[in-house]
Amino acid sequence: LQSPCSQHLRYQYFNDLYKMTNHHASCTLLYKKPFVESFEETPLLVAVLTYMGYGILTIFGYLRDFLRDWKFEKCHLAREREEQKDFVPLYQDFENFYTRNLYMRIRDNWNRPICSVPGAKMDLVERVTPDYNWTFEHTGNVLKDVINMGSYNYLGFAENTGTCADAASECTVKYGVGVSSTRQEIGNLDKHEELEKLVAGFLGVESSMAFGMGFATNSMNIPALTGKGCLILSDELNHASLVLGARLSGSTIRVFKHNNMQSLEKLLRDAIVHGQPRTHRPWKKILILVEGIYSMEGSIVRLPEVIALKKKYEAYLYLDEAHSIGALGPRGRGVVDYFGLDPSDVDIMMGTFTKSFGAAGGYIGGKKELIDYLRLHSHSAIHATSMSPPITQQIITSMKCIMGEDGTTLGQERLCQLSENTTYFRRRLHEMGFIIYGNNDSPVVPLMLYMPAKIGAFGREMLKRNIGTVVVGFPATPIIESRARFCVSAAHTREMLDKALNAISEVGDLLQLKYSRKNRHGSEGTDCFSFLESHQD
Amino acid sequence: FELLFHSRDSVKMAAGQQWVLVEMVQAFYEAPAYHLILEGILILWIIRLLFSKTYKLQERSDLTEKEKEELIEEWQPEPLVPLVSKDHPSLNYDVVTGPPSHRIIVNGKECINFASFNFLGLLDSERVKLKALSSLKKYGVGTCGPRGFYGTFDVHLELEERLAKFMRTEEAIIYSYGFATIASAIPAYSKRGDIVFVDEAACFSIQKGLQASRSFVKYFKHNDMEDLERLLKEQEIEDQKNPRKARVIRRFIVVEGLYINTADICPLPELVKLKYKYKVRIFLEESMSFGVLGEHGRGVTEHFGVNIDDIDLISANMENALASIGGFCCGRSFVIDHQRLSGQGYCFSASLPPMLASAAIEALNIMEEDPGIFRVLQDKCKHMHKALQGTPGLKTVGEPLTPALHLQLENSTGSRTNDLKLLRAIVDYSLDRQIALTLARYLDKEERFLPPPSIRVVVTVEQTQEEMEKAAQCIREAAVKILK
Repeated sequence: LQSPCSQHLRYQYFNDLYKMTNHHASCTLLYKKPFVESFEETPLLVAVLTYMGYGILTIFGYLRDFLRDWKFEKCHLAREREEQKDFVPLYQDFENFYTRNLYMRIRDNWNRPICSVPGAKMDLVERVTPDYNWTFEHTGNVLKDVINMGSYNYLGFAENTGTCADAASECTVKYGVGVSSTRQEIGNLDKHEELEKLVAGFLGVESSMAFGMGFATNSMNIPALTGKGCLILSDELNHASLVLGARLSGSTIRVFKHNNMQSLEKLLRDAIVHGQPRTHRPWKKILILVEGIYSMEGSIVRLPEVIALKKKYEAYLYLDEAHSIGALGPRGRGVVDYFGLDPSDVDIMMGTFTKSFGAAGGYIGGKKELIDYLRLHSHSAIHATSMSPPITQQIITSMKCIMGEDGTTLGQERLCQLSENTTYFRRRLHEMGFIIYGNNDSPVVPLMLYMPAKIGAFGREMLKRNIGTVVVGFPATPIIESRARFCVSAAHTREMLDKALNAISEVGDLLQLKYSRKNRHGSEGTDCFSFLESHQD
Repeated sequence: FELLFHSRDSVKMAAGQQWVLVEMVQAFYEAPAYHLILEGILILWIIRLLFSKTYKLQERSDLTEKEKEELIEEWQPEPLVPLVSKDHPSLNYDVVTGPPSHRIIVNGKECINFASFNFLGLLDSERVKLKALSSLKKYGVGTCGPRGFYGTFDVHLELEERLAKFMRTEEAIIYSYGFATIASAIPAYSKRGDIVFVDEAACFSIQKGLQASRSFVKYFKHNDMEDLERLLKEQEIEDQKNPRKARVIRRFIVVEGLYINTADICPLPELVKLKYKYKVRIFLEESMSFGVLGEHGRGVTEHFGVNIDDIDLISANMENALASIGGFCCGRSFVIDHQRLSGQGYCFSASLPPMLASAAIEALNIMEEDPGIFRVLQDKCKHMHKALQGTPGLKTVGEPLTPALHLQLENSTGSRTNDLKLLRAIVDYSLDRQIALTLARYLDKEERFLPPPSIRVVVTVEQTQEEMEKAAQCIREAAVKILK
């Protein structure tokens, strides 16, 4: 895969079988190491069967609704009050069609309660349902030591022992748990100032500001930065918080194709040349919204190209590193570190503390003028409570650990472990013949399931083998592209990963999930597309 | 011509194709005149359309590549953020060293806390801290995931049950951030085309929720039920014009139990009457009144004796009386369950850290064990309200029962900046004399109805009579000195 010659050959051969991301010759100079992403196309037979599956489910849905309306079947849904029966209905029937008839059948795969640390292994509360997922009862038993492939615990800081937990305990005893005031009033603790200095040093920016909730960081600060007369260029697959923040700002929003630099450049050129719609006045500012790692696709943003475009057209860049901070890069400083770029090139660096730091909250880093402005005008600084002190302490301790400032090499070890685990996990899954989306270096691994019945079956079969996985379907993903999503963690040992991989392979054979038609080393293809194997290497 | 055709007819009757052609020409000749004229016009129209220029939706102006490059070169964006002067009054926050408890250290000076919303004094409760600590030892700090993906802990389920039981509703749902609670709840129910009637003094999070919902918003004057009724009547007249549309438009009234901006209580019994008369649903925001009003602290519904099932949704944050972080909504299952799939702040955000949930459960335990504290708090509020009456130059805004009242200037100087300077001077004077106060903060450009500048005075259960007297005395002195 490394030499350009064989890459070119593969390109030509597999062009009709799967689409690889475009890679212009001129752009290869911007990347210091190979950028390998793949999004293998859905096999035609699978797509047809998936649509058929949804069709059958829809027909059954209508049938069941009919039976429920005519009282042939018991209706478990909550009903409106008698006194309010003549009010306008709160929900339209068709809005909840999907929830009632498709989601309810496989509802036991989500909202599974846990009763331990969400680390590499966790304890799940056992639930049974007497009436096909309409209600759940806790039996009182606990499923112990379930391998956790679903929590966002990239560096393994979700732990209840160790330096982080001790420091957070001390802080709880000294400061208490709540703050009960906003940053601008009397909720600005010395701990917050300490955290902000540390985050600025970690990211390599002039200044930073911390907020109590990651989702709210986006939805409350984008409106403070742009307004009417500004243009926001947002990636197709951006997170709900970015979309909400863009909408609340009142700016014009245009969407470019996922990670597609030609689409972005075209939009930039058109925007500057033609100006605002109808009046043709020039735009006040253009803001590009991208994420570091896209959590549903596992893809990494093409940051060098985005920065080159941003500089050429004088737009501003807002980078949301919710999943990539701490998880990418040789020093854990996120996607900027991964590509070896200068942090001052990114105008607004945003991220969350929930994933790699084992806490909660979000931050924004950038130049001092930006942060001063946000201190005055951010909605969160004025109307929302500041961060809780023990959470702040957890972030400070874990960040110091990653930076190596606590005197140990624990941070560096964890970063290496995560990177090794990611490469190993992805390689093994690829060899087994599953369709995996995303970049080779991203710790988020989506495994394609496609068919609706397989979503439920996969989640349940994996739980039987004591592995906790996350499955996602419509509406978080396009309707035929449902998937299982694994989050690799530095806390996973090689044995745990092997156990998980064996279970995945078993379930994959059972449910016939090994759709991939790409070349892979090792085993003979056991899937139905093995005739292509003879043409390889 | 006709003779020619007739002869042709008779000769080549057998040849089918030619016969058809001949038939056609014959029909052409035998057709009535208007028919021919109409067809002629249509043919000419088609020819015109075929040759006219195509009309493209997006104007592709005929700029050359060179002109486009020039435009791109010339375009200069505004700076990302406007410059902020170094001596902007709100730029440097007051720094609190140590815990924000009853005795608080602000900017290095030890003061008595009259500024944090710590109504029941639970911020420095030892029991709450111990419970949080034991939860930390069991679960760690963060949850590392949203509620749907292994972020639901048994403490969350316990807290939801306890809150629902305390408020005597069917179900409750927890959010991890107080601001996001009502701001996610409103757009989950009210969509584009629905109508929401809101009080003018609604807080900022309600305004953001309304903006996200894209519904029609109609503001009525603060606590003015006649104005609300007028708006409802107007809507009824509109409905009669278009009954089919009226049957699908949902209507809501959003009010707060105790308003944070004006510190008074909403007239809930009248609202319930209006609800049944005009068939609108009520959403009640109880951040300031939960744990304050009512005999057992259940909020404004208990205060007025209104049946809680009459209110469709009650939302509150746990950051005031419960001294934790986060928020909750409670109501009937029919209403609340919907948010588990459509509340944005619930589905797309990490869940509340378990130690904070445990702290909230313990705080709830304390509230249930000792309902006497609500009486104590209400008495202290009345006392403080009386003590602050008659301060020269400042007027007390708020009801006697409110724990967080405002002190506004009786005579404004005319400019908001100068007003703020004067009030800040009073706050600084008080800080020097060990009374911690704060200015009430607003977003000047974003608020719909900007309240006048004011000082916020908060009463908590931990303050003694002497301390309250001292505070009132200090404010009076400051007002006399600075506002003369």
